[in-house]
Amino acid sequence: MDQFTRAGEPIVELSGVEVRAGNRVLVTGIDLSVSDGEIVTLIGPNGAGKTTLIRAALGLVRPSAGTSRRRTGARIGYMPQRLTIDRNMPLTVRRFLGLAGTFEPGKRKQVLEETGIAGIIDNPVHDISGGEWQRTLLARALLSEPDLLVLDEPAQAVDLTGQAELYRLIGEIRDRRRCGVLMVSHDLHLVMSSTDQVVCINTHLCCAGTPDTVSRDPSYVALFGESVAETMALYHHNHGHTHGVDGSIVHEHGHERRHG
Amino acid sequence: MNTDTNVVMDDFLVRAVLAGMGVAAVTGPLGSFVVWRRMSFFGDTLAHSALLGVALGLLLGIDLTVGVLAVAVVAAILLLGIERRTGLAMDTVLGILSHGTLALGLVAVAFMERVRFDLMGFLFGDIFAVTTADIAWIYGGGALVLALIAYLWRLLLSATVHADLARAEGVPVDRVNLVFLLCLALVVATAMKVVGILLVAAMLIIPAATARPYSRTPERMAVFAVIIGWLSVAGGLGLSFAADTPGGPSIISFGLLLFALTTGLMTLRQRRSGG
Repeated sequence: MDQFTRAGEPIVELSGVEVRAGNRVLVTGIDLSVSDGEIVTLIGPNGAGKTTLIRAALGLVRPSAGTSRRRTGARIGYMPQRLTIDRNMPLTVRRFLGLAGTFEPGKRKQVLEETGIAGIIDNPVHDISGGEWQRTLLARALLSEPDLLVLDEPAQAVDLTGQAELYRLIGEIRDRRRCGVLMVSHDLHLVMSSTDQVVCINTHLCCAGTPDTVSRDPSYVALFGESVAETMALYHHNHGHTHGVDGSIVHEHGHERRHG
Repeated sequence: MNTDTNVVMDDFLVRAVLAGMGVAAVTGPLGSFVVWRRMSFFGDTLAHSALLGVALGLLLGIDLTVGVLAVAVVAAILLLGIERRTGLAMDTVLGILSHGTLALGLVAVAFMERVRFDLMGFLFGDIFAVTTADIAWIYGGGALVLALIAYLWRLLLSATVHADLARAEGVPVDRVNLVFLLCLALVVATAMKVVGILLVAAMLIIPAATARPYSRTPERMAVFAVIIGWLSVAGGLGLSFAADTPGGPSIISFGLLLFALTTGLMTLRQRRSGG
């Protein structure tokens, strides 16, 4: 394999993936790929199979149909959803990072600096805030110098300002490391500015594309309801018109009834 | 005979202390994992299945520890399979099997009426009757378990914190968990002689839970649990020897006392500091 073909090859590629639990179909017919330096966001309602798909991408679950391939030699950093540590297990942030393997001295401090929380390295994991904990998990995912970051709802249990900061940090990490990012998120409006591709699923693939196209896709609107889709439209794009709170069309040049 | 009394007494006391200390040295770290993994009911179920192992051993005329070990290993693997395959909540499955196997065991040993057999000794332990062979089992098995746990330490901790994250980082989680269960089965089989089938789980959990508030790292918790286990054994045997109370229950009672004292102290201190 020469350098050139390797560079063009996606880090992870799912095609026609179906995963079943017994007879129940968790996801079906999903195509998805992440290349170097690309941020792909997976959205969908609860129970849509987002975490299942993430597990298939990581190779933790075998698809019942279709293929899930990872580029040979690709290192993957994983940040799982809702990781809580039993209060009965005493663990400092330093030790928690150490569970990922053996790394050269200073490495743990370095990844914590990268996520902006080097100061809490010796704190017990139970005594840090939700935002600090998510950054600790992100730091652990960075330890292996990953080619791909797989982040399952990285901003959960983080307050609204913290969420925006966290997504900005993820964007910065991608810019600095040129790694691919596959993440799950509930709130498209928060990740919109920092994501390249959005894949919207509800067991099956609903729609995929740039954040802009997806937020206007009828199947996306149907899935999340008019109001969510509108919030997003208001938040992000100003193309010609936008919708007022009552659903009426408000023209850009017209008068800003929605603020009234 | 009379002149030998002292020697005999010293002898069984020495064996009791050796057995108790040996068991506590292993239940400390293993019990810590049982607490972290919320498996106390699981340990209880394994222990209760041991009586079936006793019946099997008597039936086949083999070493009872081997019988108990065999049944505990089978039970551990079955439990793992049941958890994966049935939709039942794990605590329901364990609730059924924990008492189910105990009942089965009691019925099974009742058929062994030809054999002179001390049921109470199995249920509550008979630490003053441990033989040199029992001590060999405790120390041989204990050394093996401690070596395995030490070797797999990081992988075990990682799998305990989050199975999928550990898998994604290359830990062979299923194999690590299987080794852990086999260790648990071995400890149950060897600790049975000391504290008895009904109290094995307590020996796993009480020292570990007592150690928790004083530990900042998992390693320290495991070591503290061993020390607290040793104190319990010393205190319990002292009580038993002085007041002629049963050995196993005395050890556990002493452990409970330590737990109550240290937890009470901790709560008081926290309240005073306004926490």
